[in-house]
Amino acid sequence: MAIAIDPPKAGFRLGMLIYDTRYRSLTIQVVFMVALIAFFAWLVNNTIYNLSVKGKDFDFGFLFVRSGYDINQMLVQYSSDSSHGRALLVGLLNTLFLAFICCVLATVIGLVAGVLRLSKNWIVSRLMAVYVETFRNVPVVLWIVLVNAIMAVSMPEPKEFRGENPDATMILFHSVAVTNRGVYMPEPLFSRSLGNIDVGIFLISVDLLAILAAFAASIWAYRRLQAGATAIQNATGQRPVTWWKSAAILILPVLAVLIGTGFHLGYPELKGFNFVGGVQARNSLIAMWLALSIYSATYIAESVRGGVMAISRGQTEASLALGLRQGLATRLVVLPQALRVIVPPLISQYLSITKNTSLAIAVGYMDLRSTLGGITMNQTGRELETMLLLMGIYLTISLIISALMNIYNKSIKLKER
Amino acid sequence: MTFQPFVRDAILAQQKAPASEVGAVRWIRENLFSGVLNTVLTLGSLYVLYLIVGALGPWLSRSVWNANSLTECRAITEARYGPGVSAACFAVIHERWQQIIFGFYPRELYWRPTLTLILLLVALGPILFSWVPRVFLWFSLAFPAVAFWLLWGGSIWLPLMILAGFPIGLLAFRVLAPINGLLGAIGAALAPVLWWLFLCGPVERVLAGAMPIGLRQLGSDDFGGFLLSVVIGVSGIAFSLPIGILLALGRQSDLFFVKSFCVAFIEGFRGVPLITLLFVASLLLNYFLPPGTEFDIILRVIIMVTIFSAAYMAEVIRGGLAALPRGQYEAADALGLDYWKAQRLIVMPQALKISIPGIVGNFIGLFKDTTLVSFISLQDPLQLVSSIRANTEWNGIYWELFIFVGALFFIFCFSMSRYSMYLERKLATDHR
Repeated sequence: MAIAIDPPKAGFRLGMLIYDTRYRSLTIQVVFMVALIAFFAWLVNNTIYNLSVKGKDFDFGFLFVRSGYDINQMLVQYSSDSSHGRALLVGLLNTLFLAFICCVLATVIGLVAGVLRLSKNWIVSRLMAVYVETFRNVPVVLWIVLVNAIMAVSMPEPKEFRGENPDATMILFHSVAVTNRGVYMPEPLFSRSLGNIDVGIFLISVDLLAILAAFAASIWAYRRLQAGATAIQNATGQRPVTWWKSAAILILPVLAVLIGTGFHLGYPELKGFNFVGGVQARNSLIAMWLALSIYSATYIAESVRGGVMAISRGQTEASLALGLRQGLATRLVVLPQALRVIVPPLISQYLSITKNTSLAIAVGYMDLRSTLGGITMNQTGRELETMLLLMGIYLTISLIISALMNIYNKSIKLKER
Repeated sequence: MTFQPFVRDAILAQQKAPASEVGAVRWIRENLFSGVLNTVLTLGSLYVLYLIVGALGPWLSRSVWNANSLTECRAITEARYGPGVSAACFAVIHERWQQIIFGFYPRELYWRPTLTLILLLVALGPILFSWVPRVFLWFSLAFPAVAFWLLWGGSIWLPLMILAGFPIGLLAFRVLAPINGLLGAIGAALAPVLWWLFLCGPVERVLAGAMPIGLRQLGSDDFGGFLLSVVIGVSGIAFSLPIGILLALGRQSDLFFVKSFCVAFIEGFRGVPLITLLFVASLLLNYFLPPGTEFDIILRVIIMVTIFSAAYMAEVIRGGLAALPRGQYEAADALGLDYWKAQRLIVMPQALKISIPGIVGNFIGLFKDTTLVSFISLQDPLQLVSSIRANTEWNGIYWELFIFVGALFFIFCFSMSRYSMYLERKLATDHR
């Protein structure tokens, strides 16, 4: 009997590679892989040949060679004696810094615009619609160049601030000067500074560390205080009055550190033809910051609007029926659900802001592309290495941000049972 | 005397609603001044509007449209409105608009891009609107070759011979398929490739020698302005959609290597800024190709833009595929459809419909990103704006040029997004 139900032992035929579904996927993959490997081998082969014809090699040693050029905006120490690798770091930090401040401002503007566009007030919602449609339908490069032109053409020259009756005045209690050479702001100074720690690549201000430590300690103490108050409330039904304690805990330690280190602001002053002292934010930075934020904010506004509209009205009504107040209902019921819709597009917007900082080329802000992919590339003549490195760094940043997004998405995913 | 309750014996005439509850007054009360916050917002917005209109209105209304230089413009303004009055000088647009639109394309050949644009609209007709007869789809298929010939010029035989590859593939399939289905498929794929690689060039030369029909040949240096943006944008859009669909399907597939390749491709190209890819196109592509390969910078840019955009497109379409209920796939399997038939008849029509907003959003993004080619020194509108400003006659003019270029981009992008809304409404099959 066993013989009768045995499958016929057909020999393996070549045709089965294509007609038999058991083997077909394997065949396709093998063919695909062979073609792909051949293609890459062809590319690499061409590259090696072309490099040898031009007498070049593939070497990242240039990163340790003296760069010989200056960078006009930097967050860590750098001079023309530093290496190309150091210039890379300066550019990378400039890119990340610009991306960070753009994300913050874009989020603020986007939230406000998105909520206002949902407003029942006709004129406000129309105004926001016009803002969103105008800015998102025009290339961001145009906005960057435009803001840069406004800064360079329409802002007063430093010399106009001079004299008894100047043509231009500083704003914000005489602390910030907006000129056509950039914006001069007060800088934080410490008269009894604790010095810096050198961690190899850059210096860290101990003053800043002390402030952060004091602040972290106050937050911890504040949490303890609130937990204690909640415990008392749970036991007795009466919540002790804590606001003055909280205020003292949150403010006093930081204040003590600030006074102890002799914190004061160094104001920019007009000396000769230019402002001296304070921090100068160049026009290029301001233009990138404003233009990129205002442009990206339109996308954030749209996702905020979509997120809020996605929450059905029944959710609010149900929570009101449960006896929650309007504020609590928004905070506990509507917002957590809306955030689930809003945050993923928000993070991908952050990603595209980070990539769009490379448009700094339009105004000459010294970001990663300008240092590594600009001056370093032109000076060393190593297009292949610098471009690959540049793309690798951007890719790493992007992958890190999307990994964070995936973690977040997992954590807020609806738990289905 | 018993208590007589009051009973009205006549019906009162209908009264008008209070003035505050009807018409414009009610609308204003409800929409603009319904509360303290709303009132503040309304007054704030009115103030902002006043500021914008107050700043731009007079400047625009005093515009000068006919002048040969900025100095002449200013002289006219001074003569009209007195000294120290600022006015827009749109004369620069009046004088240079052709340059912003066509770049350095020879003036006497402007009819070629114009005709191409008209043909583009004809070719788009059957794709965009279902009421256009389906026969025109054949023209849409042939359009890329026609457009290439019209824009770049040269012998007519080259695009014709390249187009001929498709009928040759079809012919190979028709001849070989009756012998063996597999042989037919291989023949259909191989015959056109062989044709393009080996026969296309010689045959074209013979034909061009025998019957020289052609237009004046133009190089990529002649392209610029919105012509360049539209050429790059439209070709990127047209090529990235099919590649994006394939990548999305590959990413969903069970085949491990195919899937890994697609994931790496999509994530890799989405993770880098477009500008680095443009630098690759202008600096590195020569390294990767066999020595002596020289091809057009615009073509190189189109290739990179297409790859970049295809990666984004793939993600959008993957979203559409993921949103499709599992039952649709199972139903297609149950009907006995094979993979490609199921994709073509069941999955893709629905998945693409779901992803329309994303696809159009991508198109808009791609079109806007064409401005980046100015950084590899192609003459896009922004680059032309700088070169017009570098001219002594128009040195110092900013806002008018920005307004013109921005307005043109706005018209393109805004109408695309409106079209996507129209399509969404038209294709909506759920009943609400």
